[in-house]
Amino acid sequence: MTEENKRQIVIPGEVLAEGDESLPGEGTEKKDGKITALRFGLLEERNNLVKVIPLAGVYQPRVKNIVIGTVSMLTGNGWVIDIGVSDNGFIPLSEVPRYVNKNALEEVLDIGDTVVGEIFSINKRGIDMTIKGRGLGRVDGGLIIEVNPNKVPRVIGKEGSMIKLIKDNANCNISVGQNGKILINGDKTEDELLARKAILFVVEKSFMSGLTDEVEKFFAEEKN
Amino acid sequence: MTIKRKDNRKADEMRPFTAKVGVIPNAQGSAMWQQGGTIVIAAVYGPKEMHPRNQRNPKTGQLRCNYTLGSFSVEERARPGRNRRAMELDKIIEWALNPVVDLSEFPNQVVDVHIHIVQADAGTRCAGINAAAMALAHAGIPMNDIVSSVAAGKLDTELVLDIDKDEEHYPDGEGSTDIPITMTSSGKITHIQLDGKISAEQLKEVVLMAKKANKQIYEVQKKALKDCLENK
Repeated sequence: MTEENKRQIVIPGEVLAEGDESLPGEGTEKKDGKITALRFGLLEERNNLVKVIPLAGVYQPRVKNIVIGTVSMLTGNGWVIDIGVSDNGFIPLSEVPRYVNKNALEEVLDIGDTVVGEIFSINKRGIDMTIKGRGLGRVDGGLIIEVNPNKVPRVIGKEGSMIKLIKDNANCNISVGQNGKILINGDKTEDELLARKAILFVVEKSFMSGLTDEVEKFFAEEKN
Repeated sequence: MTIKRKDNRKADEMRPFTAKVGVIPNAQGSAMWQQGGTIVIAAVYGPKEMHPRNQRNPKTGQLRCNYTLGSFSVEERARPGRNRRAMELDKIIEWALNPVVDLSEFPNQVVDVHIHIVQADAGTRCAGINAAAMALAHAGIPMNDIVSSVAAGKLDTELVLDIDKDEEHYPDGEGSTDIPITMTSSGKITHIQLDGKISAEQLKEVVLMAKKANKQIYEVQKKALKDCLENK
């Protein structure tokens, strides 16, 4: 790695900027006219906004996130989903795009099933999810891999450029859960394994800039 | 009069220390701190669901420390398991770290910090705090600063830094007094302990001495954290 495409690593309490020109963004705090980091991560400065991109930490659920989880319990009015955080996800009966027999919830989703869902509300009681929508619902095969949730934005890329590149080159359908679980679905097992290799490559090289070009090179090498 | 120390150290000189971050791949964050003959590893797991449930706090997350002294870490085998000393140190380390961590984003959750003493040669609580602070940062826990800790003290009437095992049993005069001090990088004290006798003037002097030492420790912690991505 050259000096140029390396980003600065900051630690909590480190002074990132002084004076009134800069604004404190995510992962930072303004105190006594100084902007200090609140987390361990990479420094990013854009349009006078200083923020810290975290390198570690558990996934924090947000509304509109797509997540992949497993059904852990059936209740009278929906399914309890384990999405890998301390709060459970919940899919109410009304958020299923088809008729559900109340006495046979397991016909739609059974305990142990993997499901792709979207979070539509987060409150004190828990995380409410829906499977109404394109690409959501029960998973019927494919390969699931787990990556560090903080690397998910890099796997997706700017406006989905990275994931599109991987999808096109590996001929796979890929659903990325914001909680770090990624579902790969391809016609051939080799395609799925290639997609997995590419994603792990992105995760490993995630703090490099110009990564899209590197991934293109990676695919060119893999295909030879 | 100046005391001659066993390893020819000056009064305000610490034993050589090194740090390493990311020593335990399975943990969310981890770090190692070595200071002379003292080696400590710290691992951070979480934030995760708090168990037992009755200890949950719906307003904020909690920090839970777990100090263990390896049975092989001292000259005569230490009896393994929880004892009065370990439980006291759990609390002390927790109090030393709590002012810098901010767990308000994680209600009902807990962050577990496991501190394991691999080799003990005095100053284990300070080494533990140094390692734990690095491990917490490495785990991505929101913090407003990093703490550094040093065991200052007094041999007879002379102020010294970083007392080791042999000096703990200093025979002459007033004997040995141990004063562990933990500070943030900006010099605010989060923890100070004292057992023994010391005058008010000397205590002020000790705090200034520890402040200087903690600055050096902070630089090593900072470097270790920044370097942990290099070898990947």
